[in-house]
Amino acid sequence: MSNVDFKTRLQNWLPKLVLSPSLVLVLVFVYGFIAFSVYLSFTDSRLLPSYGLVGWENYSKLWRLSHWKTSLTNMGIFSVLYIGICTCIGLCLAIFLDQKIRAEGVLRTIYLYPMALSFIVTGTAWKWFLDPSIGLENVLQSWGWASFEFDWIKDRDYAIYTVVLAAVWQTSGFVMAMFLAGLRGIDNEILKAAQMDGASNWNLYRRIIIPQLRPAFLSAFVILSHLAIKTFDLVIALTGGGPGRATELPATFMYSYTFSRNQMGIGAASATIMLMTIAAIMIPYLYAELREKN
Amino acid sequence: MADAMQDTAVRTSRTVRILIYLILLLFGLFYLLPLYVMLINSVKPLNEITGGGMMNLPQALTFAPWAKAWSSAQIGVDPTGLSPYFWNSIKVVVPAVVISTILGAINGYVLTKWRFKYDKILFGLMLFACFIPFQIVLIPMARMLGLMGIAGTTSGLALVHIVYGIGFTTLYFRNYYAVFPTELVRAAQIDGAGFFQIFWRILLPSSGPIAVVSIIWQFTNIWNDFLFGASFADATSQPMTVALNNLVQSSHGVKEYNVHFAGAIIAALPTLLVYVVAGRYFVRGLMAGSVKG
Repeated sequence: MSNVDFKTRLQNWLPKLVLSPSLVLVLVFVYGFIAFSVYLSFTDSRLLPSYGLVGWENYSKLWRLSHWKTSLTNMGIFSVLYIGICTCIGLCLAIFLDQKIRAEGVLRTIYLYPMALSFIVTGTAWKWFLDPSIGLENVLQSWGWASFEFDWIKDRDYAIYTVVLAAVWQTSGFVMAMFLAGLRGIDNEILKAAQMDGASNWNLYRRIIIPQLRPAFLSAFVILSHLAIKTFDLVIALTGGGPGRATELPATFMYSYTFSRNQMGIGAASATIMLMTIAAIMIPYLYAELREKN
Repeated sequence: MADAMQDTAVRTSRTVRILIYLILLLFGLFYLLPLYVMLINSVKPLNEITGGGMMNLPQALTFAPWAKAWSSAQIGVDPTGLSPYFWNSIKVVVPAVVISTILGAINGYVLTKWRFKYDKILFGLMLFACFIPFQIVLIPMARMLGLMGIAGTTSGLALVHIVYGIGFTTLYFRNYYAVFPTELVRAAQIDGAGFFQIFWRILLPSSGPIAVVSIIWQFTNIWNDFLFGASFADATSQPMTVALNNLVQSSHGVKEYNVHFAGAIIAALPTLLVYVVAGRYFVRGLMAGSVKG
């Protein structure tokens, strides 16, 4: 009797028991670690974690650093252009590919493959391609366009745009796939009815199709913005943060302050700000998603 | 994409169509250009590149840059080539992909078929973990790996990838199992099947498509990771991406662009191969699981 009882009770507990290892891992390695890092941002940690509380000092130091301000400005330029251009290219390519294009499968494969590459590979390829001494500038000059100049990657004011270029190259195809999936889900009957009423193609897209892509726009925005804030390897491989500090981003700032400059407290403070920024975007989105599926 | 879905009913004129084809082809060239540059320059002698012929086909075809990148290029202090780091990556990727996928499958099963109070909150916590900037965990993770005695090893790196991969694998399996008929599970329960039996006999046999998605996703992400590799690996356990970066950034000696390009392709080959061979299953599986984004 008690044996049966034990078995049913085990069956009731089993699901939770099986879930618990993952749960413990996530609670410790994600949320515990977040708490620890946030705590460190209020301490005088330098080379190693130290537990002397210093209040908001790291944050006020951080905001006085021109290095941090540069990386925030770059983040602003980079994320606006990256998200904007990826969305435009993705949407246009998806709309064009949706017009009963003959070699659609081949083109889609070509547009998407950069997504499979590591940012280090992408960075290396673009680094040498944009390098004035061997890349594009050199090639066009040797083809006879002697006055051609393209040295953005070596120019403090323009280097950040080369990061945008490489990042757009890597992810715009993925955004295209998201929009294409959205377009394929639109009911053709509505479009046919509107066409019968004499709507032009332009109006069809502006009034009916694009408004229906709202969920795809939202997912694209969320994914691109979180990729933008996380951008790290691409900068390391493409420009190394330079020339000077011209292409530093918060992610590279945090890394160099924590691991090479031994300013762990300031590094932790910058990481905390990065987390808060992402949380401000992700939490409302995830909340809405999870409620919807209820 | 899914075959059932159809092209748009929008009709376009001849000139517009020609213009569209033109634009699509131009973008095709834009995406192919870096791959072309990497490929042709990896099989050229160095003087052909520095002489201003980056876009030209090789005049003297040579595979020496590939051999050098693989087995004798200077990486860090040793002229080992990329090969030892390639195997490091394999040692990290294989266990991390397998374990995180298994955990994801079990989590997805529990979260959809054995619902309990607060399960949504737990799932939300796991999901948010996918999107954190990893900078926030770097410092404590370095300490933790040290405490566990696996700092600077490939198993330490595998653990890191398992932990931060669970969120995504759970998401995939949860969404896939959510549309799996719960009646079948209940019927099996009435027949006396236990927790694991139901998983083994009923859910697992039909999990192929989503397992492919999870494996491809994890494989690509872990193989391509740089941040964790650069933060937690030492010279003997660095993954491919870190070694490639060391090769390209090394400041001493002549810059051997052809070797750099060959190394970049070697580093990209496994994920490219997976993409070409199984990419279609990835998209199809994603659709079947109706994963958003």
